Amino acid sequence: MAAPARRTRAEPLLWLLFSSGGVVAALFIPVLLLLFGVAIPLGWVSTPDHAHLLAVLQHPVTRVVLLGLCVLALFHWAHRFRYTLHEGLRLKRLGTLVEILCYGGAVAGSLISAYLLLWAW
Amino acid sequence: MRTIALRVARYRPEDETEPTMQEYEVPLREDWAVLDGLNHIKDHLDGTLSYRWSCRMGICGSCGMTVNGEPKLTCGTFLTDYAPGPVTVEPLRNFPVVRDLVVDISDFMGKLPTVSPWIVDSEDAAPAEGEHLQTPEELDEYQQYSMCINCMLCYSACPVYGLDQDFLGPAAIALAQRYNLDSRDHGAHQRVDVLSAADGVWSCTFVGECTTACPKGVDPAGAIQRYKLTAATESVKSLLMPWGRRSDLPRPSGADQDNNAWSREVR
Amino acid sequence: MTSYQPPMSLFWWLRRRSYFFFAVRELSSVFVAWFVVYLLLLGHAVASGEAAYREFVEWSARPWLLGLNLVALVFVVFHAVTWFRLAPQAMVVRVGGRRAPPLWVAAGHYAAWVVVSALVVWVVLA
Repeated sequence: MAAPARRTRAEPLLWLLFSSGGVVAALFIPVLLLLFGVAIPLGWVSTPDHAHLLAVLQHPVTRVVLLGLCVLALFHWAHRFRYTLHEGLRLKRLGTLVEILCYGGAVAGSLISAYLLLWAW
Repeated sequence: MRTIALRVARYRPEDETEPTMQEYEVPLREDWAVLDGLNHIKDHLDGTLSYRWSCRMGICGSCGMTVNGEPKLTCGTFLTDYAPGPVTVEPLRNFPVVRDLVVDISDFMGKLPTVSPWIVDSEDAAPAEGEHLQTPEELDEYQQYSMCINCMLCYSACPVYGLDQDFLGPAAIALAQRYNLDSRDHGAHQRVDVLSAADGVWSCTFVGECTTACPKGVDPAGAIQRYKLTAATESVKSLLMPWGRRSDLPRPSGADQDNNAWSREVR
Repeated sequence: MTSYQPPMSLFWWLRRRSYFFFAVRELSSVFVAWFVVYLLLLGHAVASGEAAYREFVEWSARPWLLGLNLVALVFVVFHAVTWFRLAPQAMVVRVGGRRAPPLWVAAGHYAAWVVVSALVVWVVLA
């Protein structure tokens, strides 16, 4: 074995973000994607009224829930995709680059979501 | 007499650069395991075949091999389940092959003691105070993990270990949890540096094959995820309350353990 | 000591069925990220007014996008099912000091999934 093991400070927090993201993604994304990605475009349900959706979108509770969903889902992606690249494509030697791309992407996406959900809309 | 073909991996480093397969016909008896087939080869057909075995009853953990692609204890894997054959017998995957079906286990043997897989006594509880009492509920907490026989089938099934041999691996982590969850143990602080390192629990991506492969029902995958949850909760607590006491993982009581990072951080 | 250890192939995840499903499970994260992008585009269209919203709904019916979202749906449902199935292995829930049976923990997760989904449908369509 290599050098003596050292505890990492970042991994537990990244894992916690990953697993919270996994829970909210599993709870919310299938139904939302079924509605807006499949059922509404195919006309299985009538297209929701614009005024109604706007009112829902601008409700403070929706804003907070959607922001939480976006941020956690993005960190869920970043963590899992990092390991997919490490293991599936055997890119572990590019570790730092992969980590910067994945978590950097999640941070950037979170900032965009926060700007849109708390400010622009 | 009915027979079945065993296709056995041979590797003789003095003659070959990579393994070759050799086929043997062995009797197909209802009560014969793959190991009995190998013993038949060794005794009657080809004395040069090398493999490890000892107890023939799923306790010693030395006869682990890859049978038709799956990591198995060959003493508990019956030939009739593979009839009409052939049955392919290869060494455990993810380990260097030394000869025929024998693998080099020194990596695992080196990792095992790093997690202190024994009961670490609290310093103030002298043995003179008598025996350690434990309730059935406290026994239930860790008993499953204590069934490990160090057969290394879980390492053979684990792609993370196959890709990166620095990974501490399923059995070592499950054994660490076996002692962490034991009410008599006070060693969690000694194990945390190794367990919570990047090559410890955080390397695991919960493929879950270690648990599928385990012949003793230990569930190493569950042990690893449970430890992740404990370690993550602890680090959030220490972020929110850097001055606070941590209660889940027992603390060392002696003042002479200051060189231990865990105890330093706890104080 | 001479020993032989073949390197693991780049396609190790095709070697066993369980490895393959593991790879599929891990790839579901890509579609989770895609959904966030899609959600933000939808939100942006709704916030930009009725015309932009109509345009988005028409755009969402294009075959390639519909196909992409159907594939994404399969992956995120696979994520949800595997996540809830594995949850009881990873967490110990105690009820009155005793460990709750793993089946209950899984059932609790699936029940939460049904409740959240019903709530979302009600908020969006009602």
